[in-house]
Amino acid sequence: MTTTAPVAAGPEPAATVKKASGGSLGRYIAVRALLIIPTVWILVTTVFVLMRATGDPITAALGGRLPADQLAERVHEAGYDRPLIVQYLEYLGNILTGDFGTALSDHRPVTEIITTFGAATLELAFYALIIAFAVGIPLGRMAAFRRDRWPDATARLGAIVAYATPVFFAGLLLKLIFSVWLGWFPVAGRADTRSELTLQRLDGATGIYLIDAIRTGDWNIISDVLLHAVLPAVALGLLTAGVFLRVVRTNVISTLGAGYVGAARSRGVSERRLLRKHAYRPALIPIVTVVGLQIAMLLSGAVLTETTFEWKGLGFQLAEYLTARDFVAVQGIVAFLAVVVALTNFIVDVIAALIDPRVRY
Amino acid sequence: MATDAQARGSLWRRLPVISQVRSSVGLQRGMLVAGLILTGIFVLTAIFAPLLAPYGFSQLRGDDGVAFGALQEPSAAHLLGTTTGGYDVLSRLIWGARTALYVIIVAVLASIVVGVALGLLAGYFGGWLDRILVVVADALYSFPSLLLAIVVAIVVSGGQSSMWGGILAAALSITVIFIPQYLRVTRAEVVRIKSEPFVESARVIGSSHVRIMTRHVLRNSTRTLPLIITLNASEAILTLAALGFLGFGIEPTAAAEWGYDLNRAVSDVTSGIWWTALFPGLAIVLSVMGLTLVGESLNDLADPRLRRRAAGSEPAEDLLAPEGDPGAGDGDTDLAEASATPTTKEGTV
Repeated sequence: MTTTAPVAAGPEPAATVKKASGGSLGRYIAVRALLIIPTVWILVTTVFVLMRATGDPITAALGGRLPADQLAERVHEAGYDRPLIVQYLEYLGNILTGDFGTALSDHRPVTEIITTFGAATLELAFYALIIAFAVGIPLGRMAAFRRDRWPDATARLGAIVAYATPVFFAGLLLKLIFSVWLGWFPVAGRADTRSELTLQRLDGATGIYLIDAIRTGDWNIISDVLLHAVLPAVALGLLTAGVFLRVVRTNVISTLGAGYVGAARSRGVSERRLLRKHAYRPALIPIVTVVGLQIAMLLSGAVLTETTFEWKGLGFQLAEYLTARDFVAVQGIVAFLAVVVALTNFIVDVIAALIDPRVRY
Repeated sequence: MATDAQARGSLWRRLPVISQVRSSVGLQRGMLVAGLILTGIFVLTAIFAPLLAPYGFSQLRGDDGVAFGALQEPSAAHLLGTTTGGYDVLSRLIWGARTALYVIIVAVLASIVVGVALGLLAGYFGGWLDRILVVVADALYSFPSLLLAIVVAIVVSGGQSSMWGGILAAALSITVIFIPQYLRVTRAEVVRIKSEPFVESARVIGSSHVRIMTRHVLRNSTRTLPLIITLNASEAILTLAALGFLGFGIEPTAAAEWGYDLNRAVSDVTSGIWWTALFPGLAIVLSVMGLTLVGESLNDLADPRLRRRAAGSEPAEDLLAPEGDPGAGDGDTDLAEASATPTTKEGTV
């Protein structure tokens, strides 16, 4: 993900909104909330059109493996031989009622797949974000303060390497070094079989292993769960950390050049204080927007990280369904993620508007 | 070979790099030059793959008819070892560069043509067309690019394919991700330029819409494109590798692809075999790094707030930002110069 494209693109959605909103926060939020509907509709429609443009999912999954008449019968049973527009309207109606379809291969409703595996992905994304913040923001700040000297050069190079390394390759390397050679961390999975059994038997399990593990109060399980999370979280987190680093660096540098920093300097504010107070804090605002853009990237990254570490979340499951050529499940999961992305973007935009009055015009 | 030469030409000619190398100093020049070298190595490897690779990408036996054997450690016969499938790692590495370059070229060209055209229409005519295009582009842009790529790959190839089928599938799925970016960038530029006096005057003397759009607006709205192209080329490599890693890439017998090789290497890593994962991964990292370094440097040089000048004045420079923007307004003259870039860049080192 490029830092430049999102930044250059940043003001656009706000600009579309600008005409409609009179300037009050309430109206901004209302207009922004209304924009969710076309966004979700466009994404869901795009996915539908693309997936059905080439044929029905049953032929795609079983074509060549079944005699033509049996195949036609199953296509008919599932209703895939009706006019596309009828199927499309039915599909939209189902999504409105929260029905994202039923997987062909294991006959599980997509909503059930999501509730079962979503928690694991959420947990991984959360760890990864913590690592990204903890690494990216301090390093970006340092790079801006020591601009064009070696700490800056090292940090920037690090950010580029983090961007250039595919998460799955980073994951494979971490696995090779820290689990296979050094033996510090487990190779794959979310927990050992024994802890996993205990966690699954827990009453009202959340599916977020750390929370469940803490509820068991068993230190062995807690440390087991944490140890399993380290490598996947680092692999996914470092990728995002590189983006944060670059955004913080660029923004601190540009606020350093702002008029009010010059004014403060001319009043005799110390250089240290200038950096710490005047330039640094306003530079953090764009991070909010970037976090929003990163949610989409984290989801892409999670699919790959989960596959590398057999972390049984939505991404892992998606890859499984892809291999099984179960395109109903794929379409359902992708459509659900479209809704998630649209909602998070809305929340991020609202937070950005709350923090920075300039956003809402 | 002819396509390679053309492709290379089109990629290079779009980069007015020379002026940037000249205007850069210190760290920034180092990054730009390092990026150009890495990119140069990547492109040259792709072009000369048949000469460089010791074996074919799908070759399983040597000339003497003896099989290479699976998972052989690096040795004189196989400098980087062999894979689970019994392929030579080095050969697949070298041929993989070619596949990646094909995908970049197809993806970037397709998205530029479509994206710039749509951006031009949206920005020039405005109104409902503009609104619709921008909303659609925003929606697609916000979506996880890999998921979109997966969906398109399913449509184009149904999952598995021949070399060109796979290349087209990967390239088109990347195109879908890029079009919104080109559309928005072009549109923003067009909206800005549309209100310039020279466009007004062209309209007053009665030039047609098409003429104004191509002659006056398009020519002046492409200055940010070289930057996006380099950054997108690196994203194309990453997306191709990710699709390959998920098993949606190109069959190993049809072409070499780094992501596929990494997918096969997952189980090797668990048993401590490092060469099947390390080398294809490094190939991805280095080629993406090269392109990113070039793109980043171009970005910094085009942004007066981030640009350092040879004179090297301290932060106060930003308050003045004089002397015009060397990144802007250099149109046709640079194109001829830039085609000589690969040689010049080695000269600068």
